[in-house]
Amino acid sequence: MIRELHEKLIKGEITSVELTEKYFDAVEKKDKDLNAYLTLTKDLAMEQAKKVDEKIKNGEKIELLEGIPGAIKDVLCTKGIRTTAGSKILDSYIAPFDATAIKKLKENGAVILGKTNLDEFAMGSSTENSAYGPTKNPHDLERVPGGTSGGSAAAIAADMAAWALGSDTGGSCRQPASLCGVVGMKPTYGRVSRYGLIAAASSFDQVGTLTHSVEDAAIVLSAISGQDRHDATSAHSSDKKFEDYLDGKIKGVKIGVVKEYLEGLKEDVRKVMEAVVEKYKKLGAEIVYIDMPYNKYALPAYYIIQPSEVSSNLARFDGVKYGLRADDEKDNQAENEFGLPKTLLETYLDTRCYGLGAEAKRRIMLGTYALSAGYYEAFYVRAQKVRTLIKKDFERVFQEVDVILTPTTTAPAFKIGEKADDPLQMYLEDIFTVTANITGVPAISVPAGTVEREGKKLPIGFQLMGKWFDEEGLFRAAHAYEISQ
Amino acid sequence: MLLRNDEVKHIAELARIGLDEKEIEKFSTDLSSILDFVEQLKEVDIDKAEAMAHITGLENITREDKNRDFENVSGIKKLFPEEKGGYDKVKSVL
Repeated sequence: MIRELHEKLIKGEITSVELTEKYFDAVEKKDKDLNAYLTLTKDLAMEQAKKVDEKIKNGEKIELLEGIPGAIKDVLCTKGIRTTAGSKILDSYIAPFDATAIKKLKENGAVILGKTNLDEFAMGSSTENSAYGPTKNPHDLERVPGGTSGGSAAAIAADMAAWALGSDTGGSCRQPASLCGVVGMKPTYGRVSRYGLIAAASSFDQVGTLTHSVEDAAIVLSAISGQDRHDATSAHSSDKKFEDYLDGKIKGVKIGVVKEYLEGLKEDVRKVMEAVVEKYKKLGAEIVYIDMPYNKYALPAYYIIQPSEVSSNLARFDGVKYGLRADDEKDNQAENEFGLPKTLLETYLDTRCYGLGAEAKRRIMLGTYALSAGYYEAFYVRAQKVRTLIKKDFERVFQEVDVILTPTTTAPAFKIGEKADDPLQMYLEDIFTVTANITGVPAISVPAGTVEREGKKLPIGFQLMGKWFDEEGLFRAAHAYEISQ
Repeated sequence: MLLRNDEVKHIAELARIGLDEKEIEKFSTDLSSILDFVEQLKEVDIDKAEAMAHITGLENITREDKNRDFENVSGIKKLFPEEKGGYDKVKSVL
C-alpha cells in the first residue's frame, strides 16, 4: 500500500495533506465504534504533510515513507504529546523527548496521525487491560482485536492508517495482526532501538509493525532500524533496505513445520494452516518436519522472566518524578498513628494502588515473588536456564531450515470479556508467539484465511520465524506467499 | 502451589502496591494458579545449561564516559507532580 500511495504522491494524483485529511475523516467516521486511537495529533500531522507537499512541488525526490500517514502505539514516547502506555498513572504524561523509532520516522518524513490504544504497559492479549476502554475488532465489534497492540492492528484493519508501529514483548504485534487480518512483525531483538519505548520487559521488548502488507512492514522496518547510542542492546546497523529483497523467490527454501502444532488445532483452523503449508509446497519450498522438545516450556519460562523484569521496570511509576501522584484521604491528615507526618511510603502505596490496573499489579507481584530471597534460584535462574535450552533448540533447527512456520494463534478473535477474569487463559494466547521473544529471532504474522464463528467470518494468521538478523529471508518467504494469493 | 493471603500482602508491600481485602483474595487465587502453571519447569533437566544473559550475545558495548545535557530539561520539570522553586517536592522519607 505504501508504494502505491508513494506513486500517487509523486505523480501528483493526491497530496500528502489530502491523504492525511482522508485518514482523519476515516478516524472521525469509524473510531467512535472501535476506540483504536487515544490521541490524535492533527497539528503535527498537517505540518509534516505540508513539508512533504512542498518538497514534491519543488521537484525534490522523496523517500517511500515520506508523506504517508501512520499511527503509533501509545507506548512510544512522542515529544510534546501525551504518552499514556494505556495507564491511568501516565494520564497526564507529556513525553519530553522522541523515542528513537519516532525520531527516525520523522527524519524519514512520515506523517503521524496519532497514538493508539493498548493493554496497560503492553501487558495482555486483548487490549481490554487499557485504562481507556477496550478497542473493538473491526471484523466483529463484540470481539477483541488482540493485544497488546490492538489499537494499531484495528487502525490498519479499518483503514484508519497506512501503517502503524506496535511493540512486541510476547506476541503483541503478531497476535493482534492474526486476529485483525493484517500483517504484524517483530524484528530480531536489537534490530530497533528501545530508547523511548516505555519498558515492559527489557530482554524481550522490540518495536514492531502492523501493516496492510509484507512489503509495507519491510519499508517501515528499514526506516526505524539501526544501532543507537541510547540503547546499548541495539545491534550493529546493516542499513539494509528490506523491501529490496522481496523478489518472490521461494524455490528450495526450507520451511520447518512442527507437526504436533497443527494436529492440536481445531479442525477449521487446522485446515487453514494446512492450506498454507500446501501453498508453500506448490510454490517450490521444501517442507521439513522438525521437532522442538523444549518449546512447550517457553510460555512458563516467559511468565517467570517477563514479570520479573516488569516488577523492576514498573518500580519507576511511584508518583515522585512524573505521572500520577495520589494521596488518599487519611494521608491528608497531618499525622500518622505515631504522631508523625505522613511519609513517602504512603504516596508510593496509594499512587500504585489507584494508578495501576489489575494485570500490571498481578505481574509486578508475580515478579517480586519470583525474585525474592529463597525463590530466585528456583524460579528466575531456572527459567533463564530453560531459555538457553530453547535457544539451543532453535540453533539446531536453523541448521536444517531457513524459516519455521507455525500458526500465530490457536483460534480467531474471542469475545470481549470472555477471558478477562482468567489470567491464565489469557496468557495461553501467546503460546505460539512467545518463543520468538524468548529466543530473540524475528517473526511475522501473515493473514492465512478466515474461519467462521457464530455466522461471522473471522481472520486468522500464520507465523514465520526467521534466523537472527535475517529479516530479509523472513520477509522474502512471507512476501512470496502473500503475492501468490 | 498456594499463595496465602498474608503472603500476597507481604509481596504487595515489597512491591509498594496498596491493596484492599477483596484484591488480596483475588490475587491470591490468580497468583496461585499462575505459579501452578510455571511449576512444569521443574520437569526440565537444567544441569548442563547456563542461565541466559543476553539473547543475541552482544558484548562490550561501550561509549565515552562523558555526560551530555538532556535536550529538554524544562519538559522534565513540567512533569513534576508538585514543584517548589524549580525542585520536585516530595514527602519526607522517614
